[in-house]
Amino acid sequence: MAQVEKRVSNLPATFEWEYAPAPEARDIVQIREQYGLFIGGEEVEPRTKEWFPSISPATEEPLFEVALAGEEDVALAVDTARNAFENGWSELAPSERAKYLFRVARLIQERSRELAVAESLDGGKPIRESRDVDIPLAAAHFFYYAGWADKLEYAFPNRTPRPLGVAAQIIPWNFPLLMLSWKIAPALACGNTVVLKPAETTPLTAMIFADICRQAELPPGVVNLVTGDGTTGAHLVRNDGIDKLAFTGSTEVGKLIMRELAGRNVKLTLELGGKAANVVFDDAALDQAVEGIVNGIYFNQGHVCCAGSRLLVQESIYEPLLEKLKRRLSTLRVGDPLDKNTDVGAINSKAQLEKIRELVASGEEEGAEIYQPKCDLPERGYWFVPTLFTNVAQSYRIAQEEIFGPVLSVLTFRTPDEAVEKANNTPYGLSAGVWTEKGSRILWMAQRLRAGVVWANTYNRFDPTSPFGGYRESGFGREGGRHGLEPYLRFDE
Amino acid sequence: MAKAPVLVGGFELPSGPRLPRVGSVDAVALEERAATLAKRSIKRESKVQALELAIRMMDLTTLEGQDTPGKVAAICSKAMRPDPVDVSVPPVAAVCVYPSLVGIAKERLAGSGVKVASVATAFPSGQSPIDIKVAETRAVVEFGADEVDMVIDRGAFLSGRYARVFDEIVRVKDACGEAHLKVILETGELGTYDNVRRASLIAIAAGADFIKTSTGKISPAATLPVTLCMMEVVRDVHAETGHIVGIKPAGGIRASKQAIQYLVTLYETLGAEWMTPDLFRFGASSLLNDVLMQLRKEKTGRYQSGDYFTID
Repeated sequence: MAQVEKRVSNLPATFEWEYAPAPEARDIVQIREQYGLFIGGEEVEPRTKEWFPSISPATEEPLFEVALAGEEDVALAVDTARNAFENGWSELAPSERAKYLFRVARLIQERSRELAVAESLDGGKPIRESRDVDIPLAAAHFFYYAGWADKLEYAFPNRTPRPLGVAAQIIPWNFPLLMLSWKIAPALACGNTVVLKPAETTPLTAMIFADICRQAELPPGVVNLVTGDGTTGAHLVRNDGIDKLAFTGSTEVGKLIMRELAGRNVKLTLELGGKAANVVFDDAALDQAVEGIVNGIYFNQGHVCCAGSRLLVQESIYEPLLEKLKRRLSTLRVGDPLDKNTDVGAINSKAQLEKIRELVASGEEEGAEIYQPKCDLPERGYWFVPTLFTNVAQSYRIAQEEIFGPVLSVLTFRTPDEAVEKANNTPYGLSAGVWTEKGSRILWMAQRLRAGVVWANTYNRFDPTSPFGGYRESGFGREGGRHGLEPYLRFDE
Repeated sequence: MAKAPVLVGGFELPSGPRLPRVGSVDAVALEERAATLAKRSIKRESKVQALELAIRMMDLTTLEGQDTPGKVAAICSKAMRPDPVDVSVPPVAAVCVYPSLVGIAKERLAGSGVKVASVATAFPSGQSPIDIKVAETRAVVEFGADEVDMVIDRGAFLSGRYARVFDEIVRVKDACGEAHLKVILETGELGTYDNVRRASLIAIAAGADFIKTSTGKISPAATLPVTLCMMEVVRDVHAETGHIVGIKPAGGIRASKQAIQYLVTLYETLGAEWMTPDLFRFGASSLLNDVLMQLRKEKTGRYQSGDYFTID
């Protein structure tokens, strides 16, 4: 084999170039001191008289206080939603429902800068992502489902779709407004009314959304928002006035919810955790695969249920790929979420940061090799350096458990069969990625991977027209696309 | 496996599994990455730094049938002193002209440090016999060109005669002697990023000092994704062999904002070491005035009318 002689690099002195701060102005968001519950089209004080603070994870500064909804508050919200369903909304002409949804979609677009800044402030995600991904996709979901509202019988030929009634919805903190849109848009399009509980740490965009509902003159009670913690969610699940429950969050809580709803006539969809495999074959376009890997796991600080947290690399390209990946990691800009040049923002909460630290420590203990690029982190706030682990065995906790942080575990495989076997060797089954230039292999893999979504030569790409959801412990039911209508309908056969 | 013959002035393509293999490029993801880099927001000091660097990296170009000694003389004056009212503005890297005007450029630029670059090898089509291309290269070097911008034979490349493309570059490189060789791939005619990658590797292996996107006579000329694609080749070659090659996007870069996007892409792909006129150039004619205008705006806080900048 011809050996290539490595030449000595004679590179000139480096050019010192520090990007000056480029912060997005935050004064576009008028944050109030306190936000009540949004019930019946009005802001109401919680019966509990309790409030809790929402802080900015990037600075730990308290931003505002939000109501803690108790059992009575939740019951009021469900009753209000029931009333709105029975007295108007369910009888409204579907084309009229569509008009409201189109109006909401347009208002999200009009207020997109405000929403993006609010999302980054309250949740810690980079403004680049909230501006370019979260908010445009949120608007796109409303536009998409607005289009379906008066065409439901075409979505389900020879069946008669009917709304369910009151949909209870519980959403996570990783994509606050986007998850709200995933839930509310199809529910309303199908003629249901909604009680939604935003995540404890990220209620701000939901509070702005309440204002958007008012601006859109949505009939009172069609959308109700109850803020709070896990107990609020539990009250909502236990309330016997709900017809449907849609939950996105951890597998642990998903199991509790399933247990709670057993034997009750409540239609359920769960979108839970994941430990997705991102499989890179030796013929893949390497530089672009590296981008996909980075986007797969460091996007939104890894707070993504479908994150490509397990990288499976064909052994023959392991070294060059890892070299490229490490180099790319060192160019990630971690810091102020409101800076337009930030790639990786703040970890959403202290609790989450501790969980990430604990799992990373376990990885080191179990014998995996850790790599973290040099990175200056701000003094205050919750931060974690983008991390990758090599020498990871399938049995390590970091290869099995969902970390929900910017931590990648790298494993290798030799043949496509082994890749499938390792990729499927998890209780989860939400998503997977395949990187190869060979079209036939993409199809071969997609048939065998037990995952609700398989991305080919891309990762973390979302579109309202595409159904999303999991297998096994990643949950069931689909959101998005025509499939996303079905969980919000019953059928008179 | 038989040992590959030693190549002139380049490196051997290894038969081992390591890079630089020819590899492939995913167009969607490449364009997405370029679009992300183009969104970087470069402000204040970092912007001034970038604008000054862009001037120092510029190959001020005139390649027209109507070029005259007078026109070239004017360009040369601009090249040496781009902003007559602000002496802190540095001169550009080079002036790029047709072969018959190398003499006048050389004379005008004598002692200034600004290099003379000349296109050669039947620019822009490259559709001439190789002996004529070699002779033309020798001639421009004799006239005093410091840098030679050659075109590859796209006809040969697109018909799969890669060896011929390679051999031509080797011969032209040989004819260059001490002059620096920039190899124009004319990416707008290659059709795919895979082809751009392949052509880049061939050019580098054959001894190119720089790889350059375009002649400026074909649309599209330089684009950010195609330049990124070429940077990735340069990065792979350097990682594998230590061999250092420069890059020159040319054509279609008219605004400071674009120039800054290229510099960001360079910085985040090849790193601080490549941020020098020795390894990166802009081939442009109208870009300079926009950069001067932006620079003055950064320094004075005000935009000035285009009438305050000379049209050369």
